Amino acid sequence: MTVIDDISDVPTPDASLAPLLEVRDLHVEFHTRDGVAKAVNGVNYSVSAGETLAVLGESGSGKSVSAQAVMGILDMPPARIPKGEIFFQGRDMLKMSGEERRKIRGRKIAMIFQDALSSLNPVLSVGYQLGEMYRVHQGLSRKDAKAKAIELMDRVRIPAARERVGDYPHQFSGGMRQRIMIAMALALEPDLIIADEPTTALDVTVQAQVMELLAELQREYNMGLILITHDLGVVADVADKIAVMYAGRIVEDAPVHDIYAKPAHPYTKGLLQSIPRLDQKGQELYAIKGLPPNLTRIPSGCAFNPRCPMAQDICRTDVPPLHPVGTARGSACHFWKETLGE
Amino acid sequence: MSDTTLPKDPEDAAATAAEAAVPDAATALVAEAAAAQLADREPILQVRNLVKHFPLTQGIIVKRQIGAVKAVDGVSFDLYAGETLGIVGESGCGKSTVAKLLMNLEQVTAGEVFYKGQDITKLSGRALKAVRRNIQMVFQDPYTSLNPRMTVGDIIGEPFDIHPEVAPKGDRRKRVEELLDVVGLNPEYINRYPHQFSGGQRQRIGIARGLALNPEIIICDEPVSALDVSVQAQVINLMEKLQDEFNLSYIFIAHDLSIVRHISDRVGVMYLGKIAEIGSDAEIYEHPTHPYTQALLSAVPVPDPEAREHRERIILSGDVPSPANPPSGCRFRTRCWKAEDRCALEEPLLAIPTRFANVDTPAKHESACHFAEEKDVVGAA
Repeated sequence: MTVIDDISDVPTPDASLAPLLEVRDLHVEFHTRDGVAKAVNGVNYSVSAGETLAVLGESGSGKSVSAQAVMGILDMPPARIPKGEIFFQGRDMLKMSGEERRKIRGRKIAMIFQDALSSLNPVLSVGYQLGEMYRVHQGLSRKDAKAKAIELMDRVRIPAARERVGDYPHQFSGGMRQRIMIAMALALEPDLIIADEPTTALDVTVQAQVMELLAELQREYNMGLILITHDLGVVADVADKIAVMYAGRIVEDAPVHDIYAKPAHPYTKGLLQSIPRLDQKGQELYAIKGLPPNLTRIPSGCAFNPRCPMAQDICRTDVPPLHPVGTARGSACHFWKETLGE
Repeated sequence: MSDTTLPKDPEDAAATAAEAAVPDAATALVAEAAAAQLADREPILQVRNLVKHFPLTQGIIVKRQIGAVKAVDGVSFDLYAGETLGIVGESGCGKSTVAKLLMNLEQVTAGEVFYKGQDITKLSGRALKAVRRNIQMVFQDPYTSLNPRMTVGDIIGEPFDIHPEVAPKGDRRKRVEELLDVVGLNPEYINRYPHQFSGGQRQRIGIARGLALNPEIIICDEPVSALDVSVQAQVINLMEKLQDEFNLSYIFIAHDLSIVRHISDRVGVMYLGKIAEIGSDAEIYEHPTHPYTQALLSAVPVPDPEAREHRERIILSGDVPSPANPPSGCRFRTRCWKAEDRCALEEPLLAIPTRFANVDTPAKHESACHFAEEKDVVGAA
């Protein structure tokens, strides 16, 4: 317990202003048969209490890997973190011992996974699995843990929690299972929740229920939330700020309203134009040509250059830094002004 | 539209329209155009009261039926040449079962599927094979729907083994190369295996296979839901291009309402094995009258943060009931905020609501609700 106390007591005088989590220049690579796959190549982002950061990207963009690095659940090897810092409440988690990190995981930072059915143990009742959080972390008795589990299930609005506490995961619907995942993440009242595609496997009406619940609980506990997703619609609904990832880098980061109104990176712009809209009958969709790059052979210069309609020679040679756009935004494009200006 | 249980003869329809056209030249022209349109609008596929129940059995040696999963329970619609009919609904609503029934991959429990006046549910053997040539399917998962041990050339050329009359033996390779070119793949890839392609490219291979026999109808079951956003747009554009080029009719089954709106001319919304509402894309998306459609549409996140404050959200409570034991009366009543006693007793039929019958409004389309009422939930621009 002393370690935990240290963490909350140490912070500098302006602790209230400092972000809850700050990721600096994070690199993650995987050693594979085909060579080194550079999944994350220098990512920076931060989240404050009560704030929602959406990390947006396609498959293979490194969005989930960076979150797993923050959570400390990457399999190492094959993964390696050659460089980077992850500050949580003022301390670099990458420099902590395994024991120290384990105390943060679950208690201070919790994660919600995409596929609730494969994330829950099929041979244990949900009540047992929820209660496990309290038995392991707080040393409660089985009986007390079960009572707490029922309380949690009530809080995520699972009907008839008392009767259903002994049910097994397969007896619940997809939406209910995802609620159980949320309950498990909330059990120890963490400061930060990382939700990795929490609603991708769900139908829209259920997705709306789950996202509403998550947003409400976030407000109630003033938690930081990192939402990892590929769905531009979900992001527009809940996020405060967005980081768009492509080939392991953040190509644009901005408050949510700015990015949808005026994207400052050709990739973001292409994505926004390529999705059909519910409220408009569109013409032909804009399609970003080509495919996302192979992570073992990321193109030189800007990784997006082979697919970019604006690419010039400089894009093939120089990696664009994250240029500041106004006060709170950044765009990793040599031609961000032109992109904005159009 | 669906009041006729038998397919109309195209010549009949044209003749009636021509009869009406007698007096002066102007009206004759109009009538002629109308007749042309009518003949043109003869449905290519007519689905009537389609039912599929999967039996639930108990016992190991002596199996007895204890119930049935009513996956599809009375679905009717028409498909016209060159149009796209979207079918949307949540998982378990029976939309994929409908696709299988249309292909005669599952035996129907009841109902008919008329293809050019022929009921394909009654066909078998050679006659069925001939019809299937004209109705092809593109599947959801491009990773499991292609045989990993066959080359792309063999996969796309396999339909020719079953229907050799389409491409004579010597011509096949050329034909496969053409197909690869049509779907935007390099014809030199003909000897590669599926694992050498990305998800979007594999879906193109699936589409090429669907096109191989020059079908008239392609049934697409969630063709882009396994693809990334930027690749999705490429495949959707390809499908629209092919439709114009080959005058294909699509039945486009998906759960993503935005994509369905983009590609469809008409849309049917399914709930628990029945169609809740069907109409043109503007009728369904801008003037929905069924509460389920309204809830479904309001739940779709719109990629516009400005909209989040002023958009009305209808959050449904609870889950979809089990199709083995659907609610009495209206199947949506257990989650509906408008439900009254009548909804439990009397099943609403899919028809134009009487209150809209004599008014000229976009709300005048078929909706299976006792209390059908227009409501704009999308905030259409």
